[in-house]
Amino acid sequence: MHTAPVLDISSLRTVFRIGGRQVAAVQDLDLTIAPGETLALVGESGSGKSVTSLSIMGLLPRKVGQVTEGSILFRGKSGQVQDLTRLDDEGLRRIRGNDIAMVFQEPMTSLNPVYTIGEQIAEPMRIHLGCSHRKAAAAAIKLLEDVGIPDPERRAGQYPHELSGGMRQRATIAMALSCDPVLLIADEPTTALDVTIQAQILDLLQKLQDERGMGILFVTHNLGVVAEIADRVAVMYAGRIVETGTVADVFTHPRHPYTVGLMRSVPRLGEATELRRRGIPLPTIAGSVPSLVHLPTGCSFAPRCPLAIDACRAGVPPLYETGNGRKSRCIRWQEV
Amino acid sequence: MVEPLLSVRGLTKHFTPTSFSRGPVVRALENVSFDVARGEVVGLVGESGSGKTTVGRSVLRLIEPTTGEVRFNGIDLTKLSVAEMRRQRKHMQYIFQDPFASLSPRMTIGQILTEGLHIQRIGTREEREHRAKAALEAVDLPADAFDRYAHEFSGGQRQRVGIARALALEPQLIVADEPVSALDVSIQAQIINLLRSLQMRLGLTMLFISHDLAVVEYICDTVIVLYLGRIMEVAPSEALYADPRHPYTRALLSAIPDPDPAKSRTRQILKGDIPSPANPPSGCVFRTRCPYAVDRCAAVVPPLEEVSPGHFKACIRHEVSG
Repeated sequence: MHTAPVLDISSLRTVFRIGGRQVAAVQDLDLTIAPGETLALVGESGSGKSVTSLSIMGLLPRKVGQVTEGSILFRGKSGQVQDLTRLDDEGLRRIRGNDIAMVFQEPMTSLNPVYTIGEQIAEPMRIHLGCSHRKAAAAAIKLLEDVGIPDPERRAGQYPHELSGGMRQRATIAMALSCDPVLLIADEPTTALDVTIQAQILDLLQKLQDERGMGILFVTHNLGVVAEIADRVAVMYAGRIVETGTVADVFTHPRHPYTVGLMRSVPRLGEATELRRRGIPLPTIAGSVPSLVHLPTGCSFAPRCPLAIDACRAGVPPLYETGNGRKSRCIRWQEV
Repeated sequence: MVEPLLSVRGLTKHFTPTSFSRGPVVRALENVSFDVARGEVVGLVGESGSGKTTVGRSVLRLIEPTTGEVRFNGIDLTKLSVAEMRRQRKHMQYIFQDPFASLSPRMTIGQILTEGLHIQRIGTREEREHRAKAALEAVDLPADAFDRYAHEFSGGQRQRVGIARALALEPQLIVADEPVSALDVSIQAQIINLLRSLQMRLGLTMLFISHDLAVVEYICDTVIVLYLGRIMEVAPSEALYADPRHPYTRALLSAIPDPDPAKSRTRQILKGDIPSPANPPSGCVFRTRCPYAVDRCAAVVPPLEEVSPGHFKACIRHEVSG
């Protein structure tokens, strides 16, 4: 196994045209994912995490969204490296569902209601791998079994509405894995699920990655899920990565005030009772996420940051190396 | 003993097929009973299909319960005529989950806040505006919000408007249905803090509906855990988090992912899916996913038994649930 990254993004900038104006939804974004590694992209609404995943897959809304700078180098199954930003539709179609697979938040909208589960899992294998109908159908049943769906033969013949939410998400994972991708992009795959079902799906993804060794880009707003599933994390705010490193490092000793605020805002079982007893409010981050149309000058987080000084408003801070492969976009990272 | 503000007894809701719909009877709620004292915040927690929203809506008779009593100030709301119910409803208000869907895009915030007062024929126009502006202030929104439209506000601010709308009527009971679920993490805590301080200051009585046990811990005095339309466990908040007794409550707590990487990752993962409320298991509805289920669990519906003062659980496996 080579350790060259499957995905290597540098200086990515994705803009949207809104009312005659260009708004950068993602900028200055660098990230890499090694084979068998899970990178979590975490952030709140409007942070750019989903736009990043759509940029990789070439699924930005046409005429509205566009990658204007940077490169997305992707090493496919054959070992060939291609810049996804330079591929045409046909080139991207050959890669999507084959070398890169996707799982989205809402399994009901990513499954086609008029085809059976089995047909939908078999389709990519027929298109990309040239499997016969019979061979693909048999492989689909095996995949349903692999993702933990009981009675896979019967389920393969059923339609999406006949399955529960958790089952449907298992089916979309089976579909994603059908062509044995080297990169899986999972965009909020457990957000629509109940918490006991979420635990099952996270467990399943981990098991499948151990068996197959694909890299995973896991997009989520849930820090608990990140700690559960990811090796490394990139925290996004207002279109930029503000902190990155291993999950253990970043979550134990955050080096960016936004990460600190976010970690404190997550309700922890048992802690709230103590705060309540002492009459202390829950920790929050003041203010709200800025609109991308009116980003503050300098550091985008400065208006909400307890550590902000005049220098923070002077210019956008670079990503500082803070040791152990970690980075923070804060000029005062040493004091965080 | 002081009479509770809200007293629910044997609440049952079966959604039966109509001439426009086919399919089996959906047993959304089965024999649910609980009390809410004045000034108390009671959490209703459960996953999809647990019936938590059906309880909230039945209390306001936004849906009609199949059987059971909902006593509000001693009056059984289920027996009231539509007109009598409307008179009672001004004492109870609902806060919705989605601040984008629950505020009309065509009305100013001022119109939204005074509409309820207008319908209930409370006060003069000036008095209604005065109350609306006081409500805006109570939720920390600027006074100029009065003449603006919902789209000009962020999700967190819109939810403040939804809270102000409920407060404007000075209700005795507020039903808050997943009021922070649609909000970002950094905003969730702001809204919970706001609700808590309003509750303390105004002595509000609240039913707080949520799918997330971690979210309700700070705000609730008492927590009711529901599963498939039945109460599994009821306890004072402190007791529930420190010493959960029902295997379902324990599993639910254990399934919440913790962002602390130092925490051990040994979690108890429940097998299988939540059964359909159209076809609930016999006996204990949780038994199909319960790691401790025995044959007896299929035979009897476990009664709610008091394990310590105010702490009830519906589980016959005392040797595991204590």
